[in-house]
Amino acid sequence: MTIDLFITCLNDAMFPKTGIATVQILERLGHTVKFDERQTCCGQMHLNSGYQAEAASLAKRWIEIFRNSKVVVSPSGSCVANVRDMFANLGEWTNDSQLVADAHALKGKVYELSEFLLDVLKIEDVGAYFPHRATYHPTCHGTRMLGLGDRPLQLLRNVKGLELIDLPDSSQCCGFGGTFSIKNPETSSAMLEDKCAAIEGTGAEYCIAMDNSCLMHIGGGLKKQGKQAQVIHLAEVLASREPA
Amino acid sequence: MSGGGIRPATSFSDAARETLKNRQLRQNLGFATRTIGGKRERVIAEIPDWQELRTQGAAIKDEAMSNLAVNLQLLEESVTRMGGVVHWANTAEEATNLVAEIAKRHQASEVIKVKSITSDEIELNDALAKHGIHALETDLAELICQLAGDTPSHILVPAIHKNRNEIRELFEEKFGKALDSNEPKVIAEAARLYLREKFLTTKVAVSGANFAIAETGTVCIVESEGNGRMCLTLPEVLITVMGIEKVLPKWDDIATFLRLLPRASTAERMNPYTSMWSGVTQGDGPQEFHLILLDNGRTSVLADPVGRPTLRCIRCSACLNVCPVYQRAGGHAYGSVYPGPIGAILTPQLLKLEHANANTLPFASSLCGACYEACPVKINIPEILAYLRGKADHPFIEAQGYKAAYWAMGSHRRFEFFMSKQRLGIAFGKGFLKPWTDSRELPEVPDESFRNWWRKRGK
Repeated sequence: MTIDLFITCLNDAMFPKTGIATVQILERLGHTVKFDERQTCCGQMHLNSGYQAEAASLAKRWIEIFRNSKVVVSPSGSCVANVRDMFANLGEWTNDSQLVADAHALKGKVYELSEFLLDVLKIEDVGAYFPHRATYHPTCHGTRMLGLGDRPLQLLRNVKGLELIDLPDSSQCCGFGGTFSIKNPETSSAMLEDKCAAIEGTGAEYCIAMDNSCLMHIGGGLKKQGKQAQVIHLAEVLASREPA
Repeated sequence: MSGGGIRPATSFSDAARETLKNRQLRQNLGFATRTIGGKRERVIAEIPDWQELRTQGAAIKDEAMSNLAVNLQLLEESVTRMGGVVHWANTAEEATNLVAEIAKRHQASEVIKVKSITSDEIELNDALAKHGIHALETDLAELICQLAGDTPSHILVPAIHKNRNEIRELFEEKFGKALDSNEPKVIAEAARLYLREKFLTTKVAVSGANFAIAETGTVCIVESEGNGRMCLTLPEVLITVMGIEKVLPKWDDIATFLRLLPRASTAERMNPYTSMWSGVTQGDGPQEFHLILLDNGRTSVLADPVGRPTLRCIRCSACLNVCPVYQRAGGHAYGSVYPGPIGAILTPQLLKLEHANANTLPFASSLCGACYEACPVKINIPEILAYLRGKADHPFIEAQGYKAAYWAMGSHRRFEFFMSKQRLGIAFGKGFLKPWTDSRELPEVPDESFRNWWRKRGK
């Protein structure tokens, strides 16, 4: 299968390892990965901050770039949720019927990585090896907007060497929320404090999630508080192999 | 003072900065919301068709709203036919004046109240006080807030920010009598003794309404303590102030909500008291009934199809209990009698998006979506929050930043230019993300971007 990669602007600029891991996983499974260099941002940041005209324009740009793709896969639940759920809303809010129609035409085409592996490729075991104690934080947009449920956990349960520890109150938001963490830093920090404490309480070496935006937030909090646990993206865990 | 209106005195972030300092408050709230939340999940799990029920509830409300004028007219006809008097109030002031007039006509210097957020919305207690009429709250938690000179911080559990030790001290001070312990039973008994006499001697009662049925003219109140039943049956005169969005077209419609509301709100299979009345009944209950239909900004919410589902709300408060922002900042941070996620969309819309402090409320959310998941009438709160953010005025500097980011993202060449390690490093190093770095480290800027790796790989 030929798969178009939607890397997301944040991963491209700040977390290239996640993109590389995604390419490795899909290629090892025998698929052809393509990356269209024209891609930048899907407009989520502008939408969530109240800049709808700019967000709509970036959404249209995104649609143009992926117009001929058969399947688009992305290592971010949040960005996929924006493409899948919010593009049509943006079209309606800005009275752009073409955008509404184009957004609906994306149906069945754009997938978050774990969703693609399980629902489309029907693979639960990608042959990964990650000999560590880790806990999993289900990020909000992937879990609630995309309805991913425990798909990432199904994949993680098949990772050799990985000891998974339940995260208490896992469904509680880490407090990032993009613009929220800047506009309401005190509330955001209070949420982060509890999330970091819950992670530390598990004694895990790593906190795994499917979104680097949330992980950047959680990781930044753990580091600031001098906690031992580190953060790692799901794709990077799934791409890890046993040394030959 | 109880009540407080809907006009926030400051921005949400300024208010939250203060409330977050109170660790006791955070502990009280965290404990209480978790307890209710856990119970709610258990009783909802008992209903296999909960999702269908939510869809049904949403559909009935949408239908009621799409014919609101017709339904309200029918309600007026039905209530009048059954011997009640219907009044229309465009504003809070019109509504409070109506209540005062009616009370004065009966020479009432005191009225007893059923817990009603609508009455808090219009600041009824303060308005009546100006007319020399004391409004006495009879719901236990509302009474606690009233005696403490405090405003409610939760729709359903107004005194959720207080623990039982604080309440015991308050009652001992106000009732002038020592309490044997801080056991809920002892605290409730003290309030009961105080209130019982009031129920038996006060002539005029004021209530809100959970629902009103257009075809029969029936008004419905659901409650847990029985104080409502007392207020609705013992006084001679009953005045109900009801938001116009509470109308349901048909008698049959109410069944869905009597299943949805108790489980979503108090996490009960059924609430202890459900009172329904249609006009007046000779020789039984109040002999004079007034229904005041309140707009106070609701028709402007109705006019916007994106914001309209906000009016489905049945005030269950499930969204407050699951909201990580509410759990930490508390209800008072919202500066309105409608706190939490629903308040963050309802308050600014009731004020026609013209109130600068209220317009900061839609930003008081990480858009985590827990509220939408919990809402028994499926209000997509995060979606409406995002939409309302687009209606707010943006600070000039911030807007310039977003314009620049938009310009950069409009072309991959520009994006690449800003993506180099050096430039990203400078941007972060400048400390323009100060609110971020106070409690979080910034991530390390990688040596190369993903696209550089991809190019080098030569595919």
